[in-house]
Amino acid sequence: MSSHEKLKQMWAEGRITRREFLARCSALGITATLSPFFLNSSARAAVPQEGGVFKLGMAGGHTSNSLDPVTFNDVMMQMTSMGFLRNCLVEQDHNGRAIPELAESWEPSPDAKQWTFKLRKGVEFHNGKTMEADDVIFSIDYHRGEKSKSPIKALVKIIQEIKKIDKHTIRFNLKNGSADFPYVLASTRSPIFPTGTTDFNKGIGTGGYILESFEPGVRLLAKKNPNYWKEGRAHFDAVEVTVINDTIARTTALKTGQIHAMNRPDRKTAHLLKRQPGLQLIEVPGGLLYTFPMLVDVPPYTDNDVRLALKYSVDREQMLDTVLHGYGAIGNDHPVAPIVKFYAEDLPQRNYDPDKARFLMKKAGKLDHTFKLHTSNAAFDGAVDAATLWKEHAAKAGIDIQIVREPQDGYWNNVWMNKPWCACFWFSRATADWMFSVAYAEDAEWNDMHWKHERFNKLLNEARAVLDEQKRDEMYQEMQKIVRDEGGVVIPMVANMLDAASDKVRFENPAGNWELDGLRCCERWWFDS
Amino acid sequence: MKHVFRMVLKRILASVVTILTVSVIIFIGVELLPGDVAETVLGQSATPETVKAFRKELKLDLPPHVRYFTWLRNFVQGDFGNSLANGRSVAGLIGWRFANTIFLAGTAAAIAVPLAVILGILAALYRNSLFDNAISTTTLSFISFPEFFIAYILIAVFSVQFNVFPSLASISPRMGLWEKLYTILLPALTLTCIVTAHMMRQTRAAIINVLASAYIEMADLKGIRRLRIIILHALPNALSPVINVIALNLAYLVVGVVIVEVVFVYPGLGQLLVDSVSKRDLPVVQASGLIFAATYVTLNLLADVLSMLSNPRLRQTH
Repeated sequence: MSSHEKLKQMWAEGRITRREFLARCSALGITATLSPFFLNSSARAAVPQEGGVFKLGMAGGHTSNSLDPVTFNDVMMQMTSMGFLRNCLVEQDHNGRAIPELAESWEPSPDAKQWTFKLRKGVEFHNGKTMEADDVIFSIDYHRGEKSKSPIKALVKIIQEIKKIDKHTIRFNLKNGSADFPYVLASTRSPIFPTGTTDFNKGIGTGGYILESFEPGVRLLAKKNPNYWKEGRAHFDAVEVTVINDTIARTTALKTGQIHAMNRPDRKTAHLLKRQPGLQLIEVPGGLLYTFPMLVDVPPYTDNDVRLALKYSVDREQMLDTVLHGYGAIGNDHPVAPIVKFYAEDLPQRNYDPDKARFLMKKAGKLDHTFKLHTSNAAFDGAVDAATLWKEHAAKAGIDIQIVREPQDGYWNNVWMNKPWCACFWFSRATADWMFSVAYAEDAEWNDMHWKHERFNKLLNEARAVLDEQKRDEMYQEMQKIVRDEGGVVIPMVANMLDAASDKVRFENPAGNWELDGLRCCERWWFDS
Repeated sequence: MKHVFRMVLKRILASVVTILTVSVIIFIGVELLPGDVAETVLGQSATPETVKAFRKELKLDLPPHVRYFTWLRNFVQGDFGNSLANGRSVAGLIGWRFANTIFLAGTAAAIAVPLAVILGILAALYRNSLFDNAISTTTLSFISFPEFFIAYILIAVFSVQFNVFPSLASISPRMGLWEKLYTILLPALTLTCIVTAHMMRQTRAAIINVLASAYIEMADLKGIRRLRIIILHALPNALSPVINVIALNLAYLVVGVVIVEVVFVYPGLGQLLVDSVSKRDLPVVQASGLIFAATYVTLNLLADVLSMLSNPRLRQTH
């Protein structure tokens, strides 16, 4: 990565201020205004204009898709909850903060166990029904209960009961305090739909667009909701989402003007897209965590020295440059992405140190052990390359890694959480608590390291109910340090969000919590006339 | 003619057995794949609890033979069932996609079959000339390349470089016939490149074979023009193997084009089948698999009947 790129990254992650960035750029003799970040965030900012048909080519749609939120299994369906067809109670802004959406405001009790939500008045569903407390309760209850197969079932388990106070007020009584509870209601899986909904494929919601036709795995057409309650959003006359899972086909369609925007451009050739006139590459610091979990109850991974040795045995910089082509940041072996609140900035970065790795491995007496790394590009694009690089890096420390290539099909069922050491991928969750709760807590269903750490779990449980930001910050800092030094996962890199669009498309401050501006491109973007 | 009917009847009965057998094989095949629809739809976010709830809802907790016979009973009554993954009716999912597949295959065949037969005749006519070698080399190189390679070359030239044809063949019901044909021209051309060589070579070989017979020599001696000999005297007798190869290639155009569908984002049956297999969505896999099987069976039957009718000797045996 050039030093300019690095500076850009640091600035984007908030590690340096804008002034510092400018100063350091000019010190290097680079014109800072050339940076796409500046173009995206300041120079391009203008008054949104109305109209046009927005054609989006998307990877992440399948013929098995349905608009039933419990079966959402890829980004195309998840996007429909983000102000496109439906809304949630809570929205996340471009900084990842929870802001009101269908809820007007909320108030926790001092122990964070009781949350009172005031609902927005006068919001209508696409079928004309007015949104009220009953609809919200129905929508959240849909994920709860014995029969639920919802992916957020574990998250909503914290809800003891939902009480309707009046038509526009509801109260959540939680089993334990949870300071981050509003984020659960901002999930792509928790959109609000009318009470009694059984046919989800009609896509009835309160979103900025009304569903016209939807053919799973092919395309989705929606026209503007003339009645949209949100000010200054949903600018297009209509949106046409075409499923294009093949990367080359998607890129060609964008180049030839058949679509206006696409997600997941090929990182290898992204620099060429940037050069193409009429196109823009949208790079946002994000939270795609490329992880390598070890089962800490299976020897030799039971020994923390072995785990640390492996953590020191990978050249993160090179992996970032080779696998992510520089579109990302190096990881620090904990799952809190730089964009997430309470990210431990001051925690020293772990780097490649073959001597230390060798020393620790020798101490553990495992220098002659062959470490089998199970990998497949099903985990993430480039997982096999990453493993190959690692094997080389580790060899310099005298550690022997054997790469086991697994079939892509069935990877999540047969390899992940079954093999002692494998490649894996996580979308950073909205909050540190959420991320830790889904995969690092001792009772988490997806604890893919079987990791149980007493102090960590104690902190995690305590921090949930603390509303004092300062105190919480300290607690989460400590948790990140524990995971980094004693956890069972190596996280060598965190990828940025990468999208591409025609330069006719305009936006402000794209969010990095999901691709395509936090999956809100249809609601937030507009055309420059 | 009577025994042609008898044969057709026999073959239809055999087809029913074939198709039933295929359905059993598909069922066992999908069962043998690791994981089921509940696990694959929930994916990385599956928990034992939600998988169990999902299975119960879809009745996947019943033993396999019960599920197979329930499916079979409904299938015989014309009910294809609903997709396990998204609850839509299988007939609704498959109907228009199958029509799309046939449309693409038909367009490709309309270009490829006449082209191949004409080229084959010309190759036989100018046997071992530069022309013959040139078309053989060209068409054979086309089948030697993987189909996505040809597709990408066509896209690079016709959509990216000259921007005359769209790279996305995403047709929709709102389009008129001409617009549809324009949209699918590149995939149809790709398929043409792939199937032409096989049919062309077979036509050429069959005609050359016949050209060695005594009656052709007679015609030659009589002074009939070469082209006339080939078209009127050689071709009718060479039809039988040509028809068989054409039928095989047509079947391939219907069932084997998933890569072309992916590259051109064409909403056909192949893509649906691949997606459904990866999600273990049995009713959809069954229905599309059976459509493919039926296509093969029908086209083979048709080829046999046609080659029988085209060959008096076959027509008259006992």
